[in-house]
Amino acid sequence: MKAFEVTAEPINPQAYADYVLRPEAGAVTVFTGHVREWTKGVRTLYLAYEAYVPMAEKKLAEIGREIEDRWEGTRVAIAHRIGELQIGDIAVAIAVSSPHRRVAYEANEYAIERIKEMVPIWKKEIWEDGEEWIGDQKKKPEGEQR
Amino acid sequence: MIRLFYFAGLRELTGVAEEKAALAGQTVEGLWQWAEAKYPGIRNGSVRVAVNEEYALANDILQDGDTVAFIPPVSGG
Repeated sequence: MKAFEVTAEPINPQAYADYVLRPEAGAVTVFTGHVREWTKGVRTLYLAYEAYVPMAEKKLAEIGREIEDRWEGTRVAIAHRIGELQIGDIAVAIAVSSPHRRVAYEANEYAIERIKEMVPIWKKEIWEDGEEWIGDQKKKPEGEQR
Repeated sequence: MIRLFYFAGLRELTGVAEEKAALAGQTVEGLWQWAEAKYPGIRNGSVRVAVNEEYALANDILQDGDTVAFIPPVSGG
C-alpha cells in the first residue's frame, strides 16, 4: 500500500490505521465513506468512480501535508477507490493519528472536506432510470430535481 | 505538442479521452478559446484546467510536452 493512493481494489481500512499508528499517538480516527443506496428518495444501483490518478494521488498527499503542518504530531493516510462500486462498498478511507483525540477527529473531517473540493475524482450514480456524473448538471432523469 | 485529457462528463461531451494539439506557447486562456471553438459548451465556468497535474491560471503559458487536463467539478468521497 501507499499512504496516499487511488486504487481499483477493495479498500482495507485497517492497513491505513496501522500505517498512521505510532508510539506518540494516543488516538487514531478512521473514516470510511460508503456507497449509499438512497439519496433524496432516488435509489442508486451502483456507482462508478473515475480519477485522474497521478494528480489525485498528488493532491491526496498535499492534503496530508496540510494536516501535518496545521496539527502538530499528526500522521495521515488516505485511499480512494475507483471503478464500479456496489452498495455498502468503501469508496474512501482516511486514517489520522494524533497525540490526542480531538485533533484526530478534526483533522479527519478536514481531509474529507478537502477531498471534495480539490481532488480530481468523479462519481457517476447509476439508477434504475438513468445516470449522472455528480457535480455535472447534465443527464438528469426526466422531471427529477436533484 | 500538448497532450490533453478529458474526464467524466467532459469526455462524454468531447467524445475523446485524450488527444494531442499544437498549443505550445499558448496561454491557458488561449487553450480555453481553442477548446470552446472545438467543443462548444466545455467552457462553462465550473471546469478547471490542470497543467502537469497542478491547477493552472489563465495567463500560464503552455510548453511543448506539457500535459493538460480539463477538470470538471470533482465529486470524490
